[in-house]
Amino acid sequence: MIDYPEYLNFLCSALESQNKNKLVLSENTSLVADMGLSSLEVMEFIEKIEDHFDISIPLNILPDVNTIGDLATKVRQLNL
Amino acid sequence: MMFDKFKPMADFQAELAERNVEPFGAVTEKILSATEGVVQGRNVILAGTNNYLGLSFDPRCIKAAQDATARWGTGTTGSRLANGSFAEHQALETEIAQFYGVDNAIVFSTGYTATMGMCATLAGPGDVILLDADSHASIYTGVKMSGAEVIRFKHSDPEDLAKRLRRLGDRANQTLIIAEGIYSMIGDVAPLQEIAAVKREYGGYLFVDEAHSMGVMGASGRGAAQAAGVEADVDFFCGTFSKSLGAIGGFCVSRHAELAAIRFCINSYIFTASSSPSVIASTREALRITAAEPELQAKLWDNCNRLYQGLKAIGLPLGPTPSPVVAVAMEDRSRTIDCWKALMEAGVYVNLVIPPASPSSNFLLRNSVSAAHTSAQIDTIIAAYADLKAAGLINGTRSH
Repeated sequence: MIDYPEYLNFLCSALESQNKNKLVLSENTSLVADMGLSSLEVMEFIEKIEDHFDISIPLNILPDVNTIGDLATKVRQLNL
Repeated sequence: MMFDKFKPMADFQAELAERNVEPFGAVTEKILSATEGVVQGRNVILAGTNNYLGLSFDPRCIKAAQDATARWGTGTTGSRLANGSFAEHQALETEIAQFYGVDNAIVFSTGYTATMGMCATLAGPGDVILLDADSHASIYTGVKMSGAEVIRFKHSDPEDLAKRLRRLGDRANQTLIIAEGIYSMIGDVAPLQEIAAVKREYGGYLFVDEAHSMGVMGASGRGAAQAAGVEADVDFFCGTFSKSLGAIGGFCVSRHAELAAIRFCINSYIFTASSSPSVIASTREALRITAAEPELQAKLWDNCNRLYQGLKAIGLPLGPTPSPVVAVAMEDRSRTIDCWKALMEAGVYVNLVIPPASPSSNFLLRNSVSAAHTSAQIDTIIAAYADLKAAGLINGTRSH
């Protein structure tokens, strides 16, 4: 079973291509406020995660996702 | 502060005002015909109205509306569930059900409330909704209200849909699959044969919004599912009266008798006033004309092909196939606004679309074609775009 740090590492690595502000990405980095991702970019990233883990991420979880850490927690729950 | 989130929009509006351009909510001062008007003081060809069959000025529809006003008054002043169900509304429900060859129909006050209301109501907590990623805002709003688990599938990608249904396992049977006939921004047609095949394999219910395809596709104008030969696989059809039928209102039709009970559970149906009798009467007449005069659809497609091929010939980035919606993709916001303004100055009104209303990071100059356009009008539109290309305002390098 994959644990939280591995999800976090994967998400941070996968987000590098969208890291236009050249931030040091961590669990506390906000996808929108810090990284400046548009809603379209967030959804493109969600699709990338879905394909990688072969899961579907419901839109319902997105209001609770602010940081990369929030997303790692949700993806881990969905992939249990 | 509560209002802080509106500042980017206020800034954008201020920028438009400074540039002396008003693409959003441009006021039409006079309508001269189904395809010509006076907008912001200019005589323009209307190439952004969704008036696909040109019926908004059909004298038979106007007469029906006038007679209904004289007979029934200007408004119903109430909900369909209270005092707002007139015999006209009931007759339209019967006729729209017959048009689709099913037994059950609900007529709504707008297309938006029809799709939003159905999407908010059909699936609920414990159910799953699988919607196309490029679905209309009314669908997104509805599914958000539903309480169901909401999952997107990649736009018009039956393989991705199948993959997601597979992941759901036994829950696939409890899934509402949502697609549109023609997508409103790019004008692309959904692969409904393939989507229906996936539904047959995995189960679930199929909901198709034919807002931009009713009157436009199918042997009798029922839409993209009819054209694809998969109507039997569709559980619910939604659509609007504000495009091909030239009025306002919406509908849902279904072969499922349960629609009779569902009617009483849809907030956007219950808690709003019903359509004015004039609107219902002109819609009934337009529906009759749509069924009786297939030559309108043929004329529409002649115009669609003429505009699409004309714009393609000058190298503009368009959607995948000819369609009543012909959208030119642009990369740069400022240049798109300049183009919109130049088109107006050339006497052509089109829709300016910016993200997130467009389905990608592209900006769009969205044209909609009407059966009522003359060939000369279509050629004028093409010539206006050719001038933009010649002036270097459109480079044509990026596709949708």
